[in-house]
Amino acid sequence: MTDRSLTDKAIIAGIGQTEFSKESGRSELQLASEASASAIADAGLSPEDIDGMVTFTLDTSDELQLIRCLGIPDIRWWSRTPHGGVGANTTMLHAVAAVASGAANNVLIWRAFNERSGNRFGQPTNQTTPPGWNWYLPFGLDTPAKIYSLTFQRYMDTYGITNEDFGRYSVVARKHAATNPNAWFYQRPITLQDHQDSRWIVEPILRLLDCCQESDGGVAIVVSAAERAPDLPHRAVRILGISDAHLQDGSVMFNYYLPDLAQYAECHRVASRLWEMTGLGPKDMDAVTIYENFTPIVFQQLEGYGFCQPGEARDYIKEGHIELGGTSPVNPHGGLLGEAYIHGVNNVIEGVRQIRGAAANQIEDAETVLVAGGRGGMILGRD
Amino acid sequence: MPNIIPPIPEADDRYFWDGVAAEKLLLQRCASCHTLRQPPTPMCGACHSLDWDTQESSGRGEIYSWIRSFHPSQPDALPRIVVLVDLEEGVRIVSNLRDIDHTEVRNGMAVELCFVEEDGVKLPQFRPRGGAAQ
Repeated sequence: MTDRSLTDKAIIAGIGQTEFSKESGRSELQLASEASASAIADAGLSPEDIDGMVTFTLDTSDELQLIRCLGIPDIRWWSRTPHGGVGANTTMLHAVAAVASGAANNVLIWRAFNERSGNRFGQPTNQTTPPGWNWYLPFGLDTPAKIYSLTFQRYMDTYGITNEDFGRYSVVARKHAATNPNAWFYQRPITLQDHQDSRWIVEPILRLLDCCQESDGGVAIVVSAAERAPDLPHRAVRILGISDAHLQDGSVMFNYYLPDLAQYAECHRVASRLWEMTGLGPKDMDAVTIYENFTPIVFQQLEGYGFCQPGEARDYIKEGHIELGGTSPVNPHGGLLGEAYIHGVNNVIEGVRQIRGAAANQIEDAETVLVAGGRGGMILGRD
Repeated sequence: MPNIIPPIPEADDRYFWDGVAAEKLLLQRCASCHTLRQPPTPMCGACHSLDWDTQESSGRGEIYSWIRSFHPSQPDALPRIVVLVDLEEGVRIVSNLRDIDHTEVRNGMAVELCFVEEDGVKLPQFRPRGGAAQ
């Protein structure tokens, strides 16, 4: 049975961000405050209108400290969502659920960190805490690049994909970033040769230019009830469908125990739910943003959402379908490789900008955008 | 040499590391429905039994996937081959593959268990079944 309880119940009313850098020079709470104040103003709201909050469990800013900064007098609902970037869209799902149920009217989502100048995610873990790491760290799986690569290798081997194939996505991401002034790699495109000349991070899977950036910055989003759409100072962005998928025997990082690792099972499940919720399909998407900690996960998600068949993302990318002017441009802002790595939430903001007609690399008449976030996804539509 | 980070055994996996010390690869098995669970869980997801024992693995399996792992902050350290092994008992486990050049590694390759102590840490490891691959 199709569950439509969260279909078209909420809108994205406001977005905000700081600059994206490698050294912000200020606290994570300050980044969170700046991005949040900007999103609330963008939504045409006052601090007293915000009555719900969601962030990642990993975010260091305390809710009560943040509402002191923002002058929000009273919060009646909040939550945090587990895990990292492939769970970024879960924050949105919580906000939509809160708005649809009436638990809150206007929910502030934020994610802010000094992930390059402070705690770098790409650096190795050096102690087996929490204990679940006993199965991995003693054997050398101490960075996200290595951890994810054990599944990427199976994808490559199953379909005969090479690292050069992955490089074609990097070239597109950097090409898109090159014309986005908001991107760290603005005006710095790369060639496939540059990609192939970059050093191995995990042989024979990932080179340096297959990896997302480490970035400093903050982003924020305000989700409101759909009825508020006419009151906004700008075009409302409708959340047409949204869902997560977390499977038994799955794992966020160490996703080694499902039978077939060549395909991204959670992504397939989210995709089928979203298409069912909205009655839409891949051909209806004017643009797509895809969470990419590493290039292979773009291939897996293109296949998971049915933009092409399993194993065919290589050809789909090579044929130019994901580029500006292509069938369904992917990450027009440059994605997490080209723009910045704000834990995937900047990919939601790009989706909003595309629908509003306010993106740096605007897709003409973009009405429907898929935000694919690994284990969660959503479809945004024009009001 | 690689700098091996030791496991810190805890309530739900201590049997495994005790087994490693005795050079046995022990798989957690539900005492009620006999489902194998790797990694272990305190409750059986198939029947909710809290009772479990262990089954010693034959140590035979096949490579499901593999990578070559360099230590990111010690560029001179010897890279290790990290593998997912499908054990013939039907569960998958993370380990390392030894006694083979990385250019020879293939998914589906038959491997067998061995135990190696390095940097004072004993770990279950795998090598090509029937000796080094040629």
